[in-house]
Amino acid sequence: MAQVFQSASAPHIRTTDSVRRIMVDVLIALLPAVAVSVWVFGWNALFLCVLGAVGGELIELFIMKVLRKQKDFRPDGSAAVTGLLLTMNVPAGFPWYLLVIGLIVAIGLGKHVYGGLGNNPFNPALVGRVFLVISFPTAMSTWVKAGAWKGAEIVTAATPMGILKDGGLDAALGQASYMDMFLGHIGGCIGEVSALALIAGFIYLLVRKHVSWHIPVAYLGTVLIFSSIFYLINPDQFGTPLFHLLGGGLMLGALFMATDMVTSPSTIKGSLIFGVGCGVITMLIRYVGATPEGVAYSILIMNAVKPLIDKLTRRRPFGSMKKKAVN
Amino acid sequence: MAVLTFPGGIHPPERKELSEKASLERMPLPKTVYCFGHQNLGAPPKIICEVGQRVKTGQVIAQQSGAVSVPLHSPVTGTVKEITKMLHPAQKKKLDVIVIEREEKEEWELMDPIDFTTASREVLYQRILDAGIVGLGGAAFPTHVKYTSTLVRPAELVIINGAECEPYLTIDHRFMLERGDELLNGLRILMKVAGAKKGIIGIETNKPDAVSRMTELAAHDNGIDVLAVKTKYPQGAEKQLIYTTTRLKVPVGGLPIDIGVVMNNVGTAVAVAEAVIEGKPIVERGVTITGEGIQHPKNVIARIGTPISELIEFAGGYKGEPEKVVAGGPMTGPLLQTTETPVMKSTSGVLVLPKPKKAAAPEKPCINCNQCVEVCPMALEPNFLVKLCKAKKNDEAVDMNLLSCIECGACAYICPARIDHVKTFQLTKKVYRAMNTKGRK
Repeated sequence: MAQVFQSASAPHIRTTDSVRRIMVDVLIALLPAVAVSVWVFGWNALFLCVLGAVGGELIELFIMKVLRKQKDFRPDGSAAVTGLLLTMNVPAGFPWYLLVIGLIVAIGLGKHVYGGLGNNPFNPALVGRVFLVISFPTAMSTWVKAGAWKGAEIVTAATPMGILKDGGLDAALGQASYMDMFLGHIGGCIGEVSALALIAGFIYLLVRKHVSWHIPVAYLGTVLIFSSIFYLINPDQFGTPLFHLLGGGLMLGALFMATDMVTSPSTIKGSLIFGVGCGVITMLIRYVGATPEGVAYSILIMNAVKPLIDKLTRRRPFGSMKKKAVN
Repeated sequence: MAVLTFPGGIHPPERKELSEKASLERMPLPKTVYCFGHQNLGAPPKIICEVGQRVKTGQVIAQQSGAVSVPLHSPVTGTVKEITKMLHPAQKKKLDVIVIEREEKEEWELMDPIDFTTASREVLYQRILDAGIVGLGGAAFPTHVKYTSTLVRPAELVIINGAECEPYLTIDHRFMLERGDELLNGLRILMKVAGAKKGIIGIETNKPDAVSRMTELAAHDNGIDVLAVKTKYPQGAEKQLIYTTTRLKVPVGGLPIDIGVVMNNVGTAVAVAEAVIEGKPIVERGVTITGEGIQHPKNVIARIGTPISELIEFAGGYKGEPEKVVAGGPMTGPLLQTTETPVMKSTSGVLVLPKPKKAAAPEKPCINCNQCVEVCPMALEPNFLVKLCKAKKNDEAVDMNLLSCIECGACAYICPARIDHVKTFQLTKKVYRAMNTKGRK
């Protein structure tokens, strides 16, 4: 009873997890934040989110099948994640055609010029965001007032971080309470307003074991310590620690952008360094930079440093002895 | 008390329930046996039988050749029909096979029994070598070699590996339940050869009956401890189980004996007891026949050289259409290209996996999810290593400790992108070693 089989190497059993499953889980984790943005900014936010996710996938499909001629390419959801994250980084009233341009830049220049999935040094969604900020500054800073779609009088408003930069802490807190910021009832980009929804989504990813806590905790912790020190120096100019944690794009950045697998370090030590670096740069930009917000730039800068961090935090194999003294 | 374990590792489905309740059975003797000359790690023994010669069960048919080598014994009584070449499942090339046609009546050629309580260490050491004993966990490394240096400088501890961390396999489990006395005697002999005062038997917690059985048997032996260790793959890897049971780390590039430890598998210890007490060389071994693609999973004692196809038939044949037949466990066992391959000293199991409901996903690019880094029991970075290996940057990969890789397959198991880390690492190691030995000559 002889039988001939195909050759394959061990192990012969594999996990049921897949790249696509991870990407779908990230999309699921972003849903609470999308839901809050619809509550705060109206249906246009939902339209943009769907456009971002679906548009991202279609652009990648075009690039892979037509430009890169990968006939057997099947969508894995990574472009939908990039597209949705980019959308969450624009204001709710952002023109849809400008978003499409941003998507093309994010997926094309942010990802595929480097060789596609797994090879991009920078977070593609942030590449797209920075492109939009530089190219269309007005559209990228025209904020829809929270709840305006239900018929309030003023349709545009500044973000808490913007008010802090221009008018100081009292002015900012006069516009929005901490609870507003926690729940998301403030002006801002589509996905960044609700800390609660973002944290809920991140907990889902933690439970699914797709992320570790190290980068967000290092990032948020650094911001907390940094802002506490400056709060003691001058609260009205520098704002409160809580304000910095909740009032801008920090939660979205720390939980979903800095944790991008491809562009963040591998080791625990490296992740902690990466998070601390993001935190320090974010606060420097917020305090002394020309813009009110520094999350996107800080993550991109640390993306650039990632290979160096990887080199400096190589793991020592099991059984390594303490370094021998050089004779 | 904290659960004893090591850092890293994975929890694949265990699937032990398929066969763990099946008592040991003796396979009917095969009509023809196929004995590969090369069944041990190291140098293949030199074949000394001739076509047409009549051999008895236990008679030496190939002689030890070199320090890392063991003799090979005829597993049946009969006539050497031919000496030909067959595809060796682990070496992946055609190697010498001695084909023996069995006679009805079995005649044994045993060695003299030895009383291990009075015999000298050297006599026991020689017997382990003469009996052709190799690591029966699957690696088939000649057992006596682990003890060569202990004759000069005694070890402190002998550990018996009863973790059986490979999914599906249950042969060591059954040996501990049914042949625990022999196992303990084997350990006592090994401790004597090693000059060690202490012995440990490490058993994963998914075998509570084996833990209590061995604890009961060893209760009156002060030198021997039975430890329950966490069920986690690869708990039974040598360096990992040593750390789990002793907190000692084998230095990078070193051997367990460097820290005074020797480890052997359950089946090996039982074989040692048989060789010393009964004078019986390795002519048979325990094999688990299992998998979702087998009708009646079993644990059997099979003669070396029995075709795998006969084992599968003995276990009721296939259930459904088989996709893969693996010699050993699913994590490290080589895939068989044909079931006409014989049982070897390294064959701990025959695993038949049916066709999966969904076709396996193709390999995708690495997304740096870091799961491989988290699970690597050797604390390596498989994600970077695999990229270096694929880019043929072999020296850089070695600088990143590629040679510390124990090829357990945890990285490849967990990889959501289905990257074949182990295959890539094995190839690079082979190329690197070949280049470097050439350089030295």
